[in-house]
Amino acid sequence: MREPSLPLDEMIVCPQCDAAYSLRRPEIGERARCVRCGTVLITPRRKAGMQIIALSLSVAILIVSATVFPFLTITAAGTSNSVSILDAALAFSDGPLIALALATAALIVFIPLARVLLAMYVLIPIVLDRPPARGATQAFRLSEAMRPWSMAEIFAIGCAVALVKITDLADVGFGPAFWMFAALVFLVVVQDNFLCRWSVWNSLDKTKT
Amino acid sequence: MELSGQNQDIKSARELGLVACTRCTKVWPAGTETCGRCGKHLHSRDTTSLQRVWAFWFVGFLCYIPANMYPMLQTRTLLSVQEDTIVGGAIELFHYGSPGIALIILIASVAIPVAKFLAIAFLAISVVRVSSVSMHQRQLLYEVVEYIGRWSMIDIFVVAIMSSLVQLNTLAAITPGRASLFFALSVIFTMLSAQAFDSRMIWDVQSGHSDTPDAAEGTAPSDRTAT
Repeated sequence: MREPSLPLDEMIVCPQCDAAYSLRRPEIGERARCVRCGTVLITPRRKAGMQIIALSLSVAILIVSATVFPFLTITAAGTSNSVSILDAALAFSDGPLIALALATAALIVFIPLARVLLAMYVLIPIVLDRPPARGATQAFRLSEAMRPWSMAEIFAIGCAVALVKITDLADVGFGPAFWMFAALVFLVVVQDNFLCRWSVWNSLDKTKT
Repeated sequence: MELSGQNQDIKSARELGLVACTRCTKVWPAGTETCGRCGKHLHSRDTTSLQRVWAFWFVGFLCYIPANMYPMLQTRTLLSVQEDTIVGGAIELFHYGSPGIALIILIASVAIPVAKFLAIAFLAISVVRVSSVSMHQRQLLYEVVEYIGRWSMIDIFVVAIMSSLVQLNTLAAITPGRASLFFALSVIFTMLSAQAFDSRMIWDVQSGHSDTPDAAEGTAPSDRTAT
């Protein structure tokens, strides 16, 4: 089964532990896992491409609107203040903290947005059975590189923690953007889990004929 | 088709004279420089991995010190201005009757970052020296560290939300302190350190390739100066 004489196209190697296997495509809904370390190698889903494109489109719309509309409103003793997500990101705006403000805005708004746009760019031609878009390999590479740095879901949990801390001090109201962001986080997580990376790389493979 | 235990049948790509892409899992003959599918630079084992792990680890650790010494938040109310460090704020909460939240803050901002530093250091040492901890447990530890790393940014986001929201003119205002910058840098460098670790090295002992790259030997002693 694991003879080195196998054609290299019919092998797969676990990226975490370097174990080599002969490639057997799992059925739809099955998962191919590394026997040694348990890493999921291939996880195909029926119509995953179309679902991911639909999810990406909704995520992109939600990010843009959640950024513009008011997010949270605080009221205490007649004074009130409402902020949008960008206001929250740009809270660190004096002195050297400006770098932190830019980083925060990137982590919670721009990187998640860039990732869904890149996913659509890569997947739409694949789903339509067209040849891959120009630069699709680079686009998917960039999207994968940004994966650990897309932190919308962490920001959402951060909101919950901040609200617990503030409720003693003042009344907090939720703006429309808050609910958009809650839906957004759910969609981002689903979108990321639907994506079978091996299948995408396989479709982008230019070395095959 | 899941098996467990030390399966001797499993051969690593290196033993078969192959090199695999860690991004797209495509297999190439040993010595191939660049993955023809995704363009990643190929290494059978990343010989500079441990150097980068320790370099990022050290910078992250250095940033974690001022993150605890400077104030994280400055709270200005009608009567007073108060500056809290991470630990100071937790102690205060404890005194004012919310020991639960104080405990959560201590776990999230102190215990988990310190545990991450220790875990990465342990993993980096364990691939150079013989370790009694099984490979499966070390792989699990690595995956947990990689997963948890991003979640430490939650502290920074909480500070951002609170200080943008609580701006009530004279009544009360919260502004972020200098520690937030150092804390964010510490989280980012710890994430980079974990990403630099080549987890394939954990499994090399089983495959009979316990010999580590020369570059790794050279960096191993630096952990003693770092800790």
